This record gives sequence, structure tokens and C-alpha cells, in this order.
Amino acid sequence: MSNLLPLELHMQMTLLFEEYARLLDEDRLEEWTDLFTEECLYEIVSRENVQQNLPLSLMLCDNKNMIRDRISALRQANIYNIHTDCHVIGPIRGTVGEAGYEASAAYSLFQSTQEGETRLFSVGRYHALVIERGGLLRFVRQRVIVDTGAILTLLATPI
Amino acid sequence: MDAATVPSADPIQRYSFPAADCSRIPYGMYRDADIYALEQERIFRGPVWNYLALECELPNPGDFRVVAVGDTPVIVNRARDGNVHAMVNRCAHRGAIVQRAIHGNVRKHVCCYHQWSYELTGKLTGIPFRRGVEGVGGLPADFDMAEHGLQKLRVEVLCGVIFGSFSPEACPLEDFLDAPFVAQIRRLFHKPPVVLGYQRQRVFGNWKLYTDNLRDPNHGGLLHMFQITFGIARLSGRGGATLDRDGKHNMSWAAQGARPEGETPQADAGYGDTGRGDMDIRLRDPSMLRYHKEYPDDLSLTVASIFPNCAFQQIGNTLAVRQIRTKSADEFEIVSTYFGYDDDDAAMRRHRLRKANLAGPAGLVSMEDGEAVELVHRAILRDLDEHSVVEFGGRGPVTDQPNLVTDVPMRGFWITYCRLMGIHAGPANA
Ligand SMILES: [Fe+2]
Repeated sequence: MSNLLPLELHMQMTLLFEEYARLLDEDRLEEWTDLFTEECLYEIVSRENVQQNLPLSLMLCDNKNMIRDRISALRQANIYNIHTDCHVIGPIRGTVGEAGYEASAAYSLFQSTQEGETRLFSVGRYHALVIERGGLLRFVRQRVIVDTGAILTLLATPI
Repeated sequence: MDAATVPSADPIQRYSFPAADCSRIPYGMYRDADIYALEQERIFRGPVWNYLALECELPNPGDFRVVAVGDTPVIVNRARDGNVHAMVNRCAHRGAIVQRAIHGNVRKHVCCYHQWSYELTGKLTGIPFRRGVEGVGGLPADFDMAEHGLQKLRVEVLCGVIFGSFSPEACPLEDFLDAPFVAQIRRLFHKPPVVLGYQRQRVFGNWKLYTDNLRDPNHGGLLHMFQITFGIARLSGRGGATLDRDGKHNMSWAAQGARPEGETPQADAGYGDTGRGDMDIRLRDPSMLRYHKEYPDDLSLTVASIFPNCAFQQIGNTLAVRQIRTKSADEFEIVSTYFGYDDDDAAMRRHRLRKANLAGPAGLVSMEDGEAVELVHRAILRDLDEHSVVEFGGRGPVTDQPNLVTDVPMRGFWITYCRLMGIHAGPANA
């Protein structure tokens, strides 16, 4: 396809997703927030709703302050299962779109307890819109469509 | 073996409720697979009404949804005559699941195994090769198709909310709900609703730990710190619990104006040294918290939990029905149907969708419940004859509660539960 990202950009996109996953897995959520532009959308939505054209999400931040609020609520207010995340992101399909670079990739998210028990927590696909800001790629939109719509226990940390 | 160590053949004899007011609940009720099996028969298929679906999900003849009553899969659909019907999703032939899709529109339900087909009323109307081939094979001549329809549930609809019952003994729906809960359903469905989407959550604990949670307003201001911090409902604020005449349903409520928007949280002496009463967290974008008054009253938070399987939730402008679907003694699913109204403007629609961040499995106000239920379920594995303590709001009669520092509604659930299960609560010699 002619609108696939040029190799150099494709590599940058891959590095962006690598950083995205690593920051989440290392619980560096504040730094993860910095991967978004101020005007942005971060949304986790179930395939069930997407297929029925229903707008409800599981998590919806339609600007960067709402993402910051999510993270500070997690840090200071919410109580949730103590766990470690491990994101495994598959190959990225990157294309040049009208509003920026479009990128999509499948993910698996494993959760492990303090005692080292691991479960497959969620699988699905990222649908991102990425632009270049000051020489860096940043997310304008990250829409996570989860196949695992029946959330196991609860959903606290971002996918 | 000592007779005392042999589990009783009758599961309800295995555990004791030492107090008639259900202020003690034996842990075994939450872990015993035999109790769970009995609940399917005596609670979910007993003389009660289970929430099934909303009429607005089935606007046209042929529209169906597959839901569950306890762990029984049930088809709810609208038939050609315009009425809603509900029936067990299990073929009368060999017991296969008939409708494999979870929603859609069909002319009839056809079992893929042997192609038996059913009308939208549940009536069996088609059996391929019923007469065999050239008169040989097929079903006996006296096979009566009228006796092999899908198992039907009774259906009653209140304000577009569909309830179903397996039991011919269930009293009329409005009597079962009682006035406060009829009023609450009328309030939430005072104009046509529109479904905004679904959320599902699997919790690895017993379903009654969740119905307890719904009837324990006391935990809201202690566990859900987001709610405390942002003044959605503080324990010292104006709120309470309203019950039906039996105490089996509970509406926890809080009124608007617990704290004016933008005012700094005040330290609250009731929290003692827990460090939870004087949190000072600010949101960079508090617009989500705003409550746009949309009912004649000033209730800004209402969770009406209806025995046995549902709760109607109003968290500000976020509206939803939660259906509890049991999976086993150790697992249940919460399926929430979020709705708005068909006359919502774009701004209100957006507000409801943003405010939905407060509720559900990822809810800023509610995510803790999944963790709390699992913490209890894990810890009570042993010592099944030990008891949960339920004394906030006092012992004795189960009545409306004037504030949120109470778990009396929990006892109301258990009193009705024991009655339906045939469990004697109270001292053994009483
Ligand atoms: Fe709760």
C-alpha cells in the first residue's frame, strides 16, 4: 500500500508504542501521560459497544487533564487489586492519514499478583492517531477496543 | 468419623444464623456449591421478579436479547403481537442453546443442532423430517408439539422495564417492588430512554457479597475515597436508605448540596485517624462531576437494589441498570445497561458519557467494589461457620435509615433470603 509509513517513521512509531507499553508496565503513569498532546482522546471501549454503534466507553478521557485526573485518582484515591502489568504489543500497521499518522496494533495485557500468579487480563487492539510535536511522535487519539469486554475484577490502570 | 464433622446432606443444615435479625451471616453461605444450586431453584426461580431487559432494547417485532436469570440463559424478545416474551434459551429436544447470538432480530429461533424452530412466543412450530422419509422414521404419530415449547417465564413490564418470573406464586410485580421502588422506576423512566451502551464485569466472588455491598451504604464513604474527596456522598452528608415493606430491596440515596462546587473539602471528625476524612485532591477538569438536576427532587445519587438480581443506578446524570448474572458460588457477572433519554441534547449526551467514568468496572467511584468482594471471598474459604457482623444502624427491626452510616438493608436482604431458602434464622431452640 502506498500510504504505509516510510520505514524511518515506521520505526519511530514502533518505538513510541514500545515506550507506551514500557511506561505502563513500569508504573510510570505520569510519564505515560506525557505521550499525549493536550487536546487528545484516550478511550477504552468494548467491541460489543463498537459493533452495535453504542457510544459508551469503559474509560473516557477527552482531554489530557482528564488523563492526569485519572492517574492522580489512582495514586491518591482509588483502591484496586495490587498487580503488575505486562503489555505485549504486536506488529504495528502505520499509515499516513489526513489528520496525522494512523497506527493500529493488537495487544495482550497480562496481570500478575504480588505472589507471581499471572492471568491474561485483556486482549484487543489499539487504534491511534499520532502527530509529530517538536520532533517527537505524540498521541492525539488512542482508542483501545477491547475484545475482553467482560472486565476481570476491575479496570484501574490504563491499557 | 465423628458425626459432627460430616457435612449435613441438607446444605441449609450446615450453617447457623444465630440471630433472627440476620446480624450474623455464616461465611458458608458464600462458598458452598450446594447452597448455590439451591439458590437457583429457591431464589432466582422462586416467587420473585428478576430484571430482564428494557423495552427500548426491543423496539421491533423479532428483536431479542439473551440475558440470564441467575445462571439460566433466557431469551427476551418482542413477538409479532407486539408483546414481550421471555423463555429459557434451551431446546426442548436435546437441551442445546437455541439462540446463539446475544442480540439481533429474527423471525423465529432455530436450534442449529436438529433445526427445531420456535415462534417468538416460545411455541415449537417446526421439526424437520417429523414424519420421516416416505412415512418411515421420524417422530411417533402421537408426539405432541404443543408440549415441547421453550420453557416460558411470566413477564411484567413497568414503565418499559421488563421483569420475568419462573414462579406462578410470585405476587404482581408492583406489589413485589412496593411503592418506593415503583416510584423510583417511574422516576428514572419518566420519559423514553435510549441505551448508550453496555459494560460487563466478572467478579471472582459470591454474588451475595455484591448484593451485600449494594445494601451497605456505610462502605460508600469509607472505601470509595474518590467519592469522599469530591463530595459526591460523604457519610456525614444528607442521605439514607429507603426499604420496601419486607426490607429486601434497598435504595441508598444522597441529596445534592453535600458541598458546593469548588469548596475545599472540610476535615470530617467522624473519620477519626483513618486519614480519609480530610483529603485535599483537586481535579484539573472537574466538569465531569457537575450534576445537572433533571428530576423534581434533589436526589443526586440513588442506587435502588431490587431483590434478587438488579440495581438501578443514578450517579448524578449517569443512569444504568445493573443485572447480576451468577456463574457459580465463586463467580458472577455484572452486566450494566447505561441509558439516557431520547430528548437529550448533544451536550447532555456527552455529559452522561463522560460522567460514566465514575461508574462500572473502571469507575472512579465504584472500582473498589470488585476488589472488596474478592478480598472477602478469598479470606472466608475456611471457617465457614464463622460469621459476618452486621450491626451498623443497630440490631432488630429492619426499617428506613436516616443516614448512610448503616448496613441495616443488608439484614433485610438476608431475612427474605432465609425465608425463601427455608432457613431458620435465630437461636436453634427458638
Ligand atoms: Fe461500593
